[in-house]
Amino acid sequence: MIRLDNLTKVFDTPKGAVTAADHISMEVPSGEICILLGPSGCGKTTTLKMINRIIRPTSGKVFINGEDTTSLDTQDLRRNIGYVIQQIGLFPNMTIEENITVVPKLLGWDKARYRERAREMMHMIALEPDAFLKRYPSELSGGQQQRIGVARALAADPPVMLMDEPFGAIDPINRAVIQDEFLKMQQDLKKTIMFVSHDIDEAIKMGDRIAIFRAGKLVQYSEPDELLAAPKNDFVESFLGEDRALKRLNLVKVRDLASEEIGLVRPDDTLDTALQRIESYGYVNSIVMVNHKRQPVGIITAAVARTTQGHCRDHYQSVPVVVSLDDDLRKVASLMFAHDMTWVPCVDDDGRIVGQVTQRAITHHLGSRYRAHSKEDDGAALGEASPSSATKE
Amino acid sequence: MELLQYFLDNLELLGTLTLEHISLVGVAVGIATLTGVPIGIAITKNERIAKTVLYIASIIVTIPSIALFGIMIPILSIIGHGIGYLPAVIAVLLYSQLPIIRNTYTAINNVDPALREAARGVGMSQNQRLRMVEIPLAVPVIMAGVRTAVVLNIGVMAIAAYIGAGGLGTLISRGISQSDPRQLILGAVAVSVLAIIVDYALLALQKRLTPKGMERAAAAT
Repeated sequence: MIRLDNLTKVFDTPKGAVTAADHISMEVPSGEICILLGPSGCGKTTTLKMINRIIRPTSGKVFINGEDTTSLDTQDLRRNIGYVIQQIGLFPNMTIEENITVVPKLLGWDKARYRERAREMMHMIALEPDAFLKRYPSELSGGQQQRIGVARALAADPPVMLMDEPFGAIDPINRAVIQDEFLKMQQDLKKTIMFVSHDIDEAIKMGDRIAIFRAGKLVQYSEPDELLAAPKNDFVESFLGEDRALKRLNLVKVRDLASEEIGLVRPDDTLDTALQRIESYGYVNSIVMVNHKRQPVGIITAAVARTTQGHCRDHYQSVPVVVSLDDDLRKVASLMFAHDMTWVPCVDDDGRIVGQVTQRAITHHLGSRYRAHSKEDDGAALGEASPSSATKE
Repeated sequence: MELLQYFLDNLELLGTLTLEHISLVGVAVGIATLTGVPIGIAITKNERIAKTVLYIASIIVTIPSIALFGIMIPILSIIGHGIGYLPAVIAVLLYSQLPIIRNTYTAINNVDPALREAARGVGMSQNQRLRMVEIPLAVPVIMAGVRTAVVLNIGVMAIAAYIGAGGLGTLISRGISQSDPRQLILGAVAVSVLAIIVDYALLALQKRLTPKGMERAAAAT
């Protein structure tokens, strides 16, 4: 757990005092990733760097797992916090192994233990230890270097990690890969992570919570879905972008809104039966045909059922698309658009039909949160007015 | 032909003088490195002091060597070493300070701020940062400073023959006073060749001392 208590940084500049971080108070629960998000100069990086005292706080306190860090020795504090920076900062005069083991060495581990740890870390970041440990950073690609950067931060198994735009300098394709790898590692590691980003999509993907900063102040601190559904003020809303409803699609799984109601036919059913079932559902214009295991075999369209006589097994078309319960709605929506469908069947891990997702359900799900919040906003509008107008200045 | 014969006849003398020359410059630049590198590192902490120190060092270099020897004669006479070995070494030591201090200061100052931040972030103390990161990265540039000092002072040391310090300058000064072009040319060529050979030798040393992972980066510059 990381808790910030009125953390403040005032820089003295020739033009006078500049408050880079203004009484920041927040808490990141253990095992969660908190993204500090905002435009440049908003104080997010300053806030992050005050946690390991790269920047010395003017006032306020940092608690890690309940312990006030003010009393700790700076070096001890830093050795127990993983630190990843955008520029990666691998030491070019050291081999990959020496880079990874630098913190364990500073902590006084014995040689056998830290060398073993280096191999372990290489396996964790999916790089072959024998091929890489003796090489130098300059021989590695940017993506590989940042993996080593992450490994170095994790080598001494610190409970807390600070990451300052860690994947910002990596090309978009590799960035997505590294993000996925990192999330997978995090599932096992359960580190408490503060992560600075200026990329809203990265924040939504990586964050359990997102803290939006502006001009040194923490404006909103919420879970991603909450943030997108209910931005606190105009600044947050414009920062998230007009397409924030679409961004929420990433966060919702098929499981959350799949309806178990789905019309099915068997190969032995007649087309008449199929037509009746299609019509009884109203707005769909086709129906899924399943085998005895409830696995989809084909679809019968209303047009065929209306004009033809016979059994379903003779008149089905291939199933254009199915989704699984763990897919996110972004994928579902994309498939719907691509195949011009208003619904898609969803299947479980064994490929059996368990229900369907309809466009109507998606729009309803996304819209319901907005509607609920816009009502609250109307009620709270008077109370909200003063702080939001203050931040506009 | 006559010159070559002279060279062969005096091979032993030439060897002795060369060794003397090398040891004079070696001792002086050696001491200068031991003082200049720490000074160069120390002044990175304070820009104003750095400017002052570098300014003084550059003024020293502008003093002509023959004048510097002249100044030192009355001063060092107090302890009975007005001429000879001691003033020669001191002069070279002073001349060496500028390239060594300046290169050390620049090299340490130019260490990538991201590396410095990473070093702080992993919890290195100031000394550990210097020892494990900053000095290893600065070594190629510091060595380049030492090289400059050595080559510069092989020339200065030739003039020190006039205050009786010995070395290859003896041949030149004797050649002039005795109007003996053979000695004069032999001395001059020997000093030049020595400077070139030592420069290459130190370049090789510089490459060996460059941290392995930086070879590629160093080759690019």
